[in-house]
Amino acid sequence: MPLTKLHWRQLPLLLVVGLLLMPLLVVFSSLLSPDLSLWQHLLATVLPDYLQNSLLLAAGVGLGALLLGTSLAWLIVFFRFPGRNLLQWLLLLPMAMPAYIIAYSYTGLLDFAGPVQSLLRDLFGWRYGDYYFPQVRSLGGAILLLSLVLYPYVYLLARSAFASQSERLAEASLSLGFSRRQHFFRVTLPMARPALITGTALAMMEAFADYGTVQYFGVPTLTTGIFRTWFGMGQQQGAAQLSALLCTLVLALIYLELASRRQLHFYYTGQSHSDIKTHQVRGIRGYLLLLLALLPLLLGFVVPALQLAMLADWAALLSSDYLKLLWHSFSLAFAAAVLLVALATWLCYGLRLNRHWLVQLLIRLSAMGYAIPGTVIAIGVMLPLAFFDNQLDLLAEQYFGVRTGLLFSGTVVALLLAYAVRFLAVALQGIEAGLGQIKPSMDQAARSLGLTPLQVLWRVHVPLLRPAVLTALLLVFVDVLKELPATLLLRPFNFNTLAVKSYELASDERLADAALPALTIVLVGLGPVLLLTRALDKKSSVGH
Amino acid sequence: MLELSQIAVAYQSFTVVKDVSFRLAAGEIGCLVGPSGSGKTSLLRAIAGFEAVHQGEILLDGQLVSSATQMLPAEKRQVGVVFQDYALFPHLTVAENISFGLHRQNKAQQQAKVMQLLQLVGLEGMGKRFIHQLSGGQQQRVALARALAPEPRLLLLDEPFSGLDADLRDSLAKDIRAILNQLGITAVMVTHDQHEAFAMADWIGVMAHGMLQQWGTPYQLYHQPANRFVADFIGQGDLLTGQMLDSCSVQTCLGVFRQTEPTNLTAGTTVDLLVRPDDILHDDQSPLRAKVLSRAFRGAHMLYQLEVGNGEKISCLAPSHHQHAIGEYIGIRPEIDDLVCFARASIG
Repeated sequence: MPLTKLHWRQLPLLLVVGLLLMPLLVVFSSLLSPDLSLWQHLLATVLPDYLQNSLLLAAGVGLGALLLGTSLAWLIVFFRFPGRNLLQWLLLLPMAMPAYIIAYSYTGLLDFAGPVQSLLRDLFGWRYGDYYFPQVRSLGGAILLLSLVLYPYVYLLARSAFASQSERLAEASLSLGFSRRQHFFRVTLPMARPALITGTALAMMEAFADYGTVQYFGVPTLTTGIFRTWFGMGQQQGAAQLSALLCTLVLALIYLELASRRQLHFYYTGQSHSDIKTHQVRGIRGYLLLLLALLPLLLGFVVPALQLAMLADWAALLSSDYLKLLWHSFSLAFAAAVLLVALATWLCYGLRLNRHWLVQLLIRLSAMGYAIPGTVIAIGVMLPLAFFDNQLDLLAEQYFGVRTGLLFSGTVVALLLAYAVRFLAVALQGIEAGLGQIKPSMDQAARSLGLTPLQVLWRVHVPLLRPAVLTALLLVFVDVLKELPATLLLRPFNFNTLAVKSYELASDERLADAALPALTIVLVGLGPVLLLTRALDKKSSVGH
Repeated sequence: MLELSQIAVAYQSFTVVKDVSFRLAAGEIGCLVGPSGSGKTSLLRAIAGFEAVHQGEILLDGQLVSSATQMLPAEKRQVGVVFQDYALFPHLTVAENISFGLHRQNKAQQQAKVMQLLQLVGLEGMGKRFIHQLSGGQQQRVALARALAPEPRLLLLDEPFSGLDADLRDSLAKDIRAILNQLGITAVMVTHDQHEAFAMADWIGVMAHGMLQQWGTPYQLYHQPANRFVADFIGQGDLLTGQMLDSCSVQTCLGVFRQTEPTNLTAGTTVDLLVRPDDILHDDQSPLRAKVLSRAFRGAHMLYQLEVGNGEKISCLAPSHHQHAIGEYIGIRPEIDDLVCFARASIG
């Protein structure tokens, strides 16, 4: 690859990438002017709690997702039992369930007035105070519920790591005197370690980023702390500094994830299809195994979804309130999806045409946002936009005698910028994969057949890229629809989305009203999961 | 040392190996050759204990390890295996791979053994590397060292050179043969390449359609093939129509050929006589003439395709400075020492 020089035409690209990196820079630059008295106050009061809860939550969710995901992958890869083929895909469904929504659902189910406790009281004649029942709205409850919806990250990676190991490796172990069980612990598991670490790191990032669940459960963590410091105490710098702290924790995880991914590259090469020797489990034991493997699916998806469906006030389906929510959410998510996919396509072509290291690095950096908690991004977007608005307002009044007010920070522009920072990686990944299939030799072949560059774009690139573009649109659309904390912070006044409204209603203990928008999000969220299933199914059947 | 008697291997109801018997004495190297799908790898996997046998017995050092009713698990056989894709453990270093099977020994013993093996396979100083940092040939050597480390009773090699380029194959085959001989290891290798088999083996078994067609020394296979398949599979050759004059001589269009040993064919039988390219000498003085159909330059030699008498085709390996044009008639002198005749009626 020849070294290319930076050209002035790259300037817009660099500017856009710079804009996307701005929130992170703002957050970290807040550390340059630490507000000592505020930190002393925080340290003396809530910071130890925030930090401890955040760390416990992430560690607990990491462990839970690791155990659940790995053991499910082990069952699916090494055993054949009734329903296994369908179950291997159904186990991905909890991915469609945002953590804050499973939290509402289980609260409704397990609260004092919920069906479970009511049933227990009816059965045994107990009354309030007669019995002990674990509190859902607690750190432990948050760990359990987040693990239930985040285990698919580990499960997916562990499954492909296990399945990609050649049966020859097991035979090599046998020929060297080890049993299959010893082989699992000495080779299979250690070889899957990078995949397990990657999946666990992703789950832990989500746990660090969670705002909806912990806020609803009243567990003070760094994310809720950032909100409180900003709104409750009016300390914008303090909030930014807490954000920087949270970000540092996440960056450590990103490093871990990237390092493991590099190792993954060495561990699995060539093996495209699985020839693993599986253990056939028939009869009653087979059904027991099915039941066991079904449990996470039931608890992580079926039960909470049914509970929401039962709570939901279906009559509200046609109410203008609900339709307005739908319109807000869908139009916002669609706008963001179109914007981000267009942006990603542009950046990918930029990457393809210019291999300058600075361009490469900046685009890679701008894709880091996927790991940064929405709360942090919101703070990083809000601070500079508010500053800019205030300056503009001042200038406009001074020179034109009009007040511009909050031109950007209180509008959809701020929201779109935050979504761009957070979800650009999703769009980039999809478009890059699509563009990767168009080999440079195809361009050259088309040119040699007499096509102009524009014709090449139209007749070769567009048709080949279409599936990737549609996929990226769907993924970004759903991610934006599910996003809670940044939307909550940055939305224009009185502008409600499904996620925000269901959160507000649930916080007001109006679970029944929250159920319908929540369920809508879950149903729309099924789209990408089905898409993922289809893509993986295709990939796994190609090998045979 | 290794003895197979009437082995059959089947996957579900599909029989892939039928009625295979052979033995190998201690320190000998046997090769199984055959086209793909001939059952040679299945046979190897049965010896390793990865597949069960349907019929027959496999004995190792006189111990019954596989029969239709009994099967010693692979991990208890002490049979080393070098896999086609090496199956090295990517999460372990070279040294850790080699010492993997030495888990019953203490650290010092393991280390000494690893050093010794690294030296044996010519990889001194590479113990700390990871597998992905090695070339294909080096990985092959690690696979061999790993299989040899626990001092197995028998070593199995499944197409061990298929992933390497031609130059490396030859030198590695020689090296491995030397190492096995030096250690006195009994080994069975599977390959589809007869040149590899010639380079490695004391005994070669030719497999086809799940059956062992012939078990013999390389010389026997080439000069005394047991049937048409072996004659065709091993080396190059053409079949020439002939008539047995008596059990020791055969009449063909190139004249009468004799051998002292009588064949089991009776006078008058119509036969096909196997003629190898090196059986036909090029001799400008010879009155016997043949028409050049095509020629292929082979460096030191030129391989001529010739048409003789009644339109039959034979090949002739001539020194390459003998240049003749296509269509030209050249003099040939057949010298056939071993008569390999297959009666027309019988097949195979």
